[in-house]
Amino acid sequence: MTTPTLERPITPVADPIATAVADVDGWPEAASETVAEAPAKTKELVIVDWSGDLDKIWPVLILSSTAAASGVRCRVFVTFWGLLPFVKDEKRIVGENWMQKMLTLMQRPGIDHLKLSKMNFLGMGPWMMGTLRKQYNVASPRELLEAATALGVEFIPCQMTMDMFGLKREDLIDEMGEPAGAATAIEIMTEADASLFI
Amino acid sequence: MTLQITQTLDARGLSCPMPIVKTAQAIKTIPSGGLIEVLATDPGSVKDFAAWSRTTGNELVEQTTDGGVFRFVLRRK
Repeated sequence: MTTPTLERPITPVADPIATAVADVDGWPEAASETVAEAPAKTKELVIVDWSGDLDKIWPVLILSSTAAASGVRCRVFVTFWGLLPFVKDEKRIVGENWMQKMLTLMQRPGIDHLKLSKMNFLGMGPWMMGTLRKQYNVASPRELLEAATALGVEFIPCQMTMDMFGLKREDLIDEMGEPAGAATAIEIMTEADASLFI
Repeated sequence: MTLQITQTLDARGLSCPMPIVKTAQAIKTIPSGGLIEVLATDPGSVKDFAAWSRTTGNELVEQTTDGGVFRFVLRRK
C-alpha cells in the first residue's frame, strides 16, 4: 500500500480565504525569527498639585511617595496655591510688590503652615488634625515630602505662578526641579499612565 | 522549611503609606533574590503589600498574622 503524498497541511483550515490564497501563492512558511519582547515600560503618574491646603497636599504627598516606592515614575506639576507649601522654611514674606507680599502675609508659606480647605476655624482645625495625626502615628506632610524627594519624586514648579506670586527659584526648596509651563504639564500628562489634578 | 531572612523591618505602629515607603527603601539594601521580613500593624497593609508586590514584581513569599501584627516576607526582584 502506498502512502499518498500530501499536497497541503493535514490540519484542516477553516478560513476559505486562506485556502484560496494558498491555492495561488502556496502556504506561508513558518516565521523563522522570533520577535524579541520589548522591555516593559516604566509606569508613570503625573499629579497637578494646585491646592496648597493641608487636606489636599497630604494626598498629593502620600500618592506621589507611594508611587515612587512602587517603582512608578512620579512627576508633580506644582501650580497656583500648591506652590506656597514648597517655599523654604526660613522665608516668611515673599514677593516684590505689596500685593505679592500680601499673599504670603495672609497665608504663611512652608510645609508646616498649612490650612484646611474646610473647618479651618482660625487654625483650630489644623491643630486638631495635627493632634490626631500624632495620636494615630500618621506621617506629617514634612515627613512625606522628605520621603517623596528621597524616593525620586520630581516636583516641577509652574513658572507663570512663580512670576505672578513674585517667587524666585531660591525662595523654593532646593529639591524642586526646573520651572516649566503648561505645555510641559500637558506633555507629561498625556504620556503618563494616570494623571490627577488635586 | 525555614526561610533565610536577610533583613527585618519593624513598621509596627506606622500608618499608610509609611510601611510601604520604608519597605521600598529597605529592599534596595538587600541583594536580588534576598528576603526581607516586614512587621506592620496597619490593617490596610494586608491589601497594600499584595498590591505593592504586583506593581513592583517583588514576590510576596509569605504572609502571616499574629495577634494584630502582620508579617510579610518579600523576595527582592
